[in-house]
Amino acid sequence: MALVLEGITKRFPGVLANDNVSLSVAPGEVIALLGENGAGKSTLMNVLYGLYTPDEGTITIDGEQVVLGSTADAIANGIGMVHQHFMLVPVFTVTENVVLGEEPTGFGGVIDRERARSTVVDISERYNLRIEPDALIENLSVGVQQRVEIIKVLNREARFVVFDEPTAVLTPQEVDEFFGIVKGLKDDGKGIVFITHKLGEAIEVADRIVVMRGGKVVGEALPGDVTQQDLANMMVGRPVDLTVAKQPATPTEMVLEISDLVVLDERNVKAVNGVSFKVHKGEIVGIAGVQGNGQTELIEGITGLRPVLSGSVMLGEVDITDSPPRELHQLGVSHIPEDRQGSGLVLDFTVAENMILDSYYARPFSRGVLMDWDVTKEMAERLVEQYDVRTPGIDVAVSTLSGGNQQKVIVAREFERKVELVIAAQPTRGIDVGSIEYIHSQIVARRDAGAAVLVVSSELDEILALADRILVLYHGQIAGEFAPDAAVTDIGLAMLGSTG
Amino acid sequence: MSEVKTPMASKSPPPERPSWMDRVTGVGTSVGRSLLLPTLALITALIIGGFIIALSDIDSLKLLFSEPATAISQMWNEVLAAYKALFQGSVGSINAISETLFAATPLLLAGLGIAVGFRAGLFNIGAQGQMLIGGLIATYVGLYLNLPAILHIPLTLAGGLAGGMLWGGFAGLLKAKTGAHEVITTIMLNFIALFFMQWVLTTSGIQDPGRNNPVSAALPESAQLPKLFGSQYRVTIGFLIAIAAVFVVQWLLYRSSIGFEFRAVGSNPEAGRYAGMNVAVVVTLAMAIAGGLAGIAGANQVMGLEPYKATPSLAGFVGFDAITVALLGRSNPIGVMWAAILFGALSAGGREMQGAAQVPIDLVVVLQALIVIFVAAPGLIRAIWRVKADDGETVTQVSTGWGS
Repeated sequence: MALVLEGITKRFPGVLANDNVSLSVAPGEVIALLGENGAGKSTLMNVLYGLYTPDEGTITIDGEQVVLGSTADAIANGIGMVHQHFMLVPVFTVTENVVLGEEPTGFGGVIDRERARSTVVDISERYNLRIEPDALIENLSVGVQQRVEIIKVLNREARFVVFDEPTAVLTPQEVDEFFGIVKGLKDDGKGIVFITHKLGEAIEVADRIVVMRGGKVVGEALPGDVTQQDLANMMVGRPVDLTVAKQPATPTEMVLEISDLVVLDERNVKAVNGVSFKVHKGEIVGIAGVQGNGQTELIEGITGLRPVLSGSVMLGEVDITDSPPRELHQLGVSHIPEDRQGSGLVLDFTVAENMILDSYYARPFSRGVLMDWDVTKEMAERLVEQYDVRTPGIDVAVSTLSGGNQQKVIVAREFERKVELVIAAQPTRGIDVGSIEYIHSQIVARRDAGAAVLVVSSELDEILALADRILVLYHGQIAGEFAPDAAVTDIGLAMLGSTG
Repeated sequence: MSEVKTPMASKSPPPERPSWMDRVTGVGTSVGRSLLLPTLALITALIIGGFIIALSDIDSLKLLFSEPATAISQMWNEVLAAYKALFQGSVGSINAISETLFAATPLLLAGLGIAVGFRAGLFNIGAQGQMLIGGLIATYVGLYLNLPAILHIPLTLAGGLAGGMLWGGFAGLLKAKTGAHEVITTIMLNFIALFFMQWVLTTSGIQDPGRNNPVSAALPESAQLPKLFGSQYRVTIGFLIAIAAVFVVQWLLYRSSIGFEFRAVGSNPEAGRYAGMNVAVVVTLAMAIAGGLAGIAGANQVMGLEPYKATPSLAGFVGFDAITVALLGRSNPIGVMWAAILFGALSAGGREMQGAAQVPIDLVVVLQALIVIFVAAPGLIRAIWRVKADDGETVTQVSTGWGS
């Protein structure tokens, strides 16, 4: 009585994405499928969801072999999938999105809205998925949108539900709620596959953990028997250092001083509302906070990408309030943007071109308007080596690299010059353990080389691992300052706006 | 799919020596590879065009069931005759080649302008208007300066460049400063240019004396482009100027920091902004250069063909065909060059086809459209000809963006 994948092999030109992979899920069981980006998890799940046809291997449900040639086949066989990027129509209501594709109809093909609505209400009550059936999707938070996706799957009577990186987009509170939902589904007898690369989550939520690497299943474990360290080693294939090795900070003179900064967001709301702090040479200041509390606007305000309403930004003795990004670049400010693909890279450009994206305009990369590609390529070759960017070459489009390697391209670009101040926003979001380890060590190395470092992250673990001093941003204001050894619960409370 | 694209962790074997093209452009592009699909698209279009010619022959169709052999051989001869004429009229003689290059010249110049816009993420519909204003300024320079040809010709061309840059740059400035979409503004500027020409060419400073419709006086000989193959053939040194423009644009896009900014902003303006590029300047400059190239095409239409006079219709449909040419050439300057020559050949050969084989010249438009459809849908061509996609090459590459 289970879903069994046996000996699945899937080849793409030049890549063996799945190599004889077997996996089984029983009703009422939660499987965590753990692996780095590129390990073959998504390929396996796309095989299961009928998007890819495997080259070899079989899929059986309750002992009966099935052929899943399309997503419709998968749905008909009781397999549902909640994608990482939601498939919702923003201008439709919750109810409309849930029934989209199989609308209950009455006389003459008219959609029976009452029936549709009551279906949604039934499901949401049964699984305790709080939702407003008539709300428009575009007005809902990401966590609630995810619930809509889950209801959609349940409405199609899925017995097995696949979640693809479900927590990547959620706030810590939403993650907790999500785990509650998973528990509810499990108790109802659904078989669940939970794809993730977050070790803690796998241990917390799964009944059984399956680890993939390089297209193969390399291990299986029960959550009680393993530590995060064990899983990380299994995932990466070598011992990994999960804690960031660093000496206590020795801060000296002040480098960055923010005073009473006020920055508006797109809706002209004060997203940053009177923030003041300092960052000194030789220290890492971490800004913790739930995503959406003004982090984006704070960084864009500091780096001249968004106009400042009032307040000032000083870099040493220089007033850099509203200075354009190029001026900051010349003053020795490194900026690792939070949106790697949206604003950090030109995805169509080669690795080499991305390496000089902000320094192309001056020597040695160009003279006048003439680019010097020889110098650029030489440097790119060197940086690829030095920063361990895994790429077939410097002339391939950066879009073909994995997320971790894309981020290493940005880090290499931003750290490869004299740096006074590092501003790193979400420096390791969505990337693999090996790359996280590497990028963290690079950030600490910059600090030790005498830079002032500002790290902004919504992953509290990351802040705790890196920061010498922690500030919590809540509703556009600093809600507290903590030492790195402060109690996590205190920081957590500040993140929730409790002054307690 | 992300997992599929993830490159192997190990180092790949050392890359082969870069081709001369890679060394010119500084980027790794496989030219042989990029020519394969357009060539197959052309062949496919010709085959389908053959069926259209055959099926439009009513007399043979009537015989198809009673005497199928005769009917098919008649149709076959008809298609053969048409394509022979198309071939002869485009490359079959020096005059045919001259006509091909003559028709290709303005298409190539304006097409390069469109391609520059595409690379910078701009959809320039305004080549038509930019040609008109370029042609107008060139006409003023041609009529009012009295210089030896060696100076007069470059200055007149420069007038075309300046006129086009002004007209294109204005659309760019509107976008940079107000966010007005360049598709809207360039279409409107086309109308403004057209009706402005209709008026200004009736003013006394420029109108051909003794005419009352909008026609300029003829340019003096010192402002006329010399013929390339001798006086009996129409192609002028305008074609060489267009070829030179190919290399200038190639250099601009891939060897200069300006082109680096164009391509970065064109592909991801937000990343360009984060990297310190001034997006407003880039947009304005890209539109000005795009317009300047179209402006030279406009100047060519006055300086390069009898009777060397500017009219409001001097641009013909070149400004719009140039968009197709840029798309077909995938906004790659070398590709645009081949596309323009192909379109020049089709238009020169089409006239011969109409004359010698009585196949309407409209078939040429059908062929052009088919070629573009096949180039825009590479999956179709791959399926028909069983060409495998390259490893790592995304199948939708050609058709996803505007000409990139």
